[in-house]
Amino acid sequence: MKNFIKLFSILVLFFFTITQSNSAEKIDYLKTDWSFKGLFGKFDRGSLQRGYQVYTEVCAACHSMKYLSYRNLGEKGGPEFSEAETKAIAASFEVTDGPNADGEMFERPAKLSDKFVMPYENVKAAQAANGGAYPPDMSVLVKARGGGVDYIYSLLQGYEEVPSGMTLDEGVHYNKYMYGNKIRMSAPLSEDIVEYGDGTKATVEQMSKDVTTFLMWAAEPHLEARHQMGFKAIVYLIILTILVYFSMKKIWSRVESEV
Amino acid sequence: MSDHEYVPSSKFGKWFNDRLPLLTLASHLTDYPTPKNLNYWWTFGGILTFCLITQIVTGLTLAMHYIAHADMAFESVEHIMRDVNYGWLIRYIHANGASMFFLAVYIHIFRSLFYGSYKSPREIIWIIGIIIYLLMMAAAFMGYVLPWGQMSFWGATVITNLFSAIPLVGEGIVTWLWGGYSVDNPTLTRFFTLHYLIPFLILGLVVLHIWALHVPGNNNPIGIDIKKPSKDTVPFHPYIVIKDGFALLMFMIVFAFFVFYSPNILGHADNYIEANPMVTPAHIVPEWYLLPFYAILRSVPDKLLGVVAMLSAILILAALPWLDTSKIRSAVFRPLYKQFYWILVADVLILGYMGAMPAEGLYLLIARVATAYYFLHFLVILPVLGFKEKTIPVPLSITEPILGGSPNLAMAKNKESLDK
Amino acid sequence: MSDKKPERRDFLFTASYAVGAVGVAAVVWPLVDQMNPDASVKALASTEVDVSSVKPGNTITVLWRGKPVFIRRRTQDEISEAKSVKMEDLKHPERDEDRAKDPQWLVMLGVCTHLGCVPLNDKGDYDGWFCPCHGSHYDTSGRIRKGPAPLNMEVPKYEFVNANTIKIG
Repeated sequence: MKNFIKLFSILVLFFFTITQSNSAEKIDYLKTDWSFKGLFGKFDRGSLQRGYQVYTEVCAACHSMKYLSYRNLGEKGGPEFSEAETKAIAASFEVTDGPNADGEMFERPAKLSDKFVMPYENVKAAQAANGGAYPPDMSVLVKARGGGVDYIYSLLQGYEEVPSGMTLDEGVHYNKYMYGNKIRMSAPLSEDIVEYGDGTKATVEQMSKDVTTFLMWAAEPHLEARHQMGFKAIVYLIILTILVYFSMKKIWSRVESEV
Repeated sequence: MSDHEYVPSSKFGKWFNDRLPLLTLASHLTDYPTPKNLNYWWTFGGILTFCLITQIVTGLTLAMHYIAHADMAFESVEHIMRDVNYGWLIRYIHANGASMFFLAVYIHIFRSLFYGSYKSPREIIWIIGIIIYLLMMAAAFMGYVLPWGQMSFWGATVITNLFSAIPLVGEGIVTWLWGGYSVDNPTLTRFFTLHYLIPFLILGLVVLHIWALHVPGNNNPIGIDIKKPSKDTVPFHPYIVIKDGFALLMFMIVFAFFVFYSPNILGHADNYIEANPMVTPAHIVPEWYLLPFYAILRSVPDKLLGVVAMLSAILILAALPWLDTSKIRSAVFRPLYKQFYWILVADVLILGYMGAMPAEGLYLLIARVATAYYFLHFLVILPVLGFKEKTIPVPLSITEPILGGSPNLAMAKNKESLDK
Repeated sequence: MSDKKPERRDFLFTASYAVGAVGVAAVVWPLVDQMNPDASVKALASTEVDVSSVKPGNTITVLWRGKPVFIRRRTQDEISEAKSVKMEDLKHPERDEDRAKDPQWLVMLGVCTHLGCVPLNDKGDYDGWFCPCHGSHYDTSGRIRKGPAPLNMEVPKYEFVNANTIKIG
């Protein structure tokens, strides 16, 4: 048993070393408290709603979020807008539908069942409009970057003066946290670029945190359910393990000696 | 192996059993005499069976929703994660289950290496095991391609390109594998089919693996042959069933931590980016369980020889029963072999780490040394050790004069009686 | 072994089995439930139809939950005919008022209750629909009058969300 625990600890250590090596360079990202981290992590509803506002008013001009549907905004575990609010949000966007009886495509207001409208028709159109750079889709962006939420949070606040000695091409900006330090996107956030509905002050730091929280939910809409189920599952397994352990001892006591 | 003495208790049971002896089989499995000194390293066979069934069940239910087409694969996985009832749970169990499967198989293999379970008369069990391991790697590799992320696509490209190293027919084989001029939709659809098929091949081989095991019976920590049944054995049910059950539950707790709290930690972030044939990721890395072989592959500067080295590293294991010349099974009584065993463990871990690093500079040097040492262990150290090593005397039985002691105690007590 | 021991031992085993069974059930449920309609399918469970362009005597067919739905704006004659049918004459007695709350509008699944074909509009001996597969005739209320179909064409849950729009489902 002792050997098992020894080997187990070595393996756990090994695993975590390996996973560190898989992720990005060893940069110190800006730190903040994420309400959704940890065994009992949950999303801050207010932050999610503000984050949605930042996404819609600032990011959605270039970044699609094509795997989300408008109904997701009202579902449990997310921003949890009311049904009326969600319908209103959806209806504020136009989607292409059809063909109609005349064989033509037409525009209509979005419904809850529709996916988020994309700012560009396709990837090439997005690249053409952004100097050749494709603004990545944000549905799973948080999971698609080794640094995760810390990376995105830092990047949004990481625009700095170009260090002396470095020259950048036109349209390229310096960012302290971007992989390679060069980024095509200009600083998207500035103080009060959004006016929060709930009165929170829209500092760059606040907006970065809110929109990153929103992006985390967008990537993992079932995070809360996962954490809750996980807690129950592990408590259950521990209870069952204890019962089975004592059953095992009882059964094996029938054998006069154990080697 | 068949037990002619078992008679079913009910009339229907007797009628059925006369026509298809399933009840006889069940009674054999229940009564199967197992050495009573097995330690927890022996529970991983049962754990592996659980892993296989878990992967098959979660895989089947995922396959009800997954779309094996390059244009829809990534989206269908997101559909599973977001819309399918409990889809996120089934997907994370399947993805992390693959890692748990390999964790268990490596522990299972290293148990065999330590206790000499591959030695006569268990060579065929061992070889079937190697085949199962190869099929596991094939299934895992193809499964990883299915989400059609960047790592899926580029991992597939790199590994299938290896076949071009084969002289004369290499290029043709690669085109044949791809079904086109690069990894694309035809590749994806056939990988899905094969990924679906292989677990059932593995299932069949596992049946043979267990059948072959039941002929000589299990090895045990002190590696001696024991009479079955005897005072040295216990019936499989309930003793081993409950012990395997306990170990399985501990394993499931670890599994649960990954699934529910860190489901993506063993994966690679780049696989959440949709496959793009125009952009190669900065570092193409396979999943952790393939890293040691990846390191060996990249250690050799020549393309063909790199492939040969990588394959040899696995196939050499099949020759192990004959490479290891020692007459003593268990490392418990082979103090020198024991040290080389732990060095091998360290060597494999180092190779794994190097596999995750870029193949340059100090990393490449270490990988090359570790690769050379790996082959040295099997081709030189093991054969020589069998002849040169001074082993500790092996006890004659497990039970004899023991009272809950270690094998060493048994040996000591035996030595006492021998000295008298 | 004293008498006390077997009792305690049984309880331990029973408890283990019971707790284990709970776990098995908890594992089985998601595997079964994943086959139930998923969230994206359920989101399409209802559909809204603009009927402003449908003139009296015309029928439109829309797709709802993968099946055709006939929406007919009935003429006065069709309505009178539907209401005058005696219940004894019907294989599946249903009053027209129960099938069409607003008598001007008939909304029903365009699926023959015999074996599932789509009946043809403005055909048949009862001024309603005719199913060409096995010869079922439906009247102006979509009720089975002649032929092998056992039931009237099904009326789904629907409502007018405003004067021009019907929400089905």
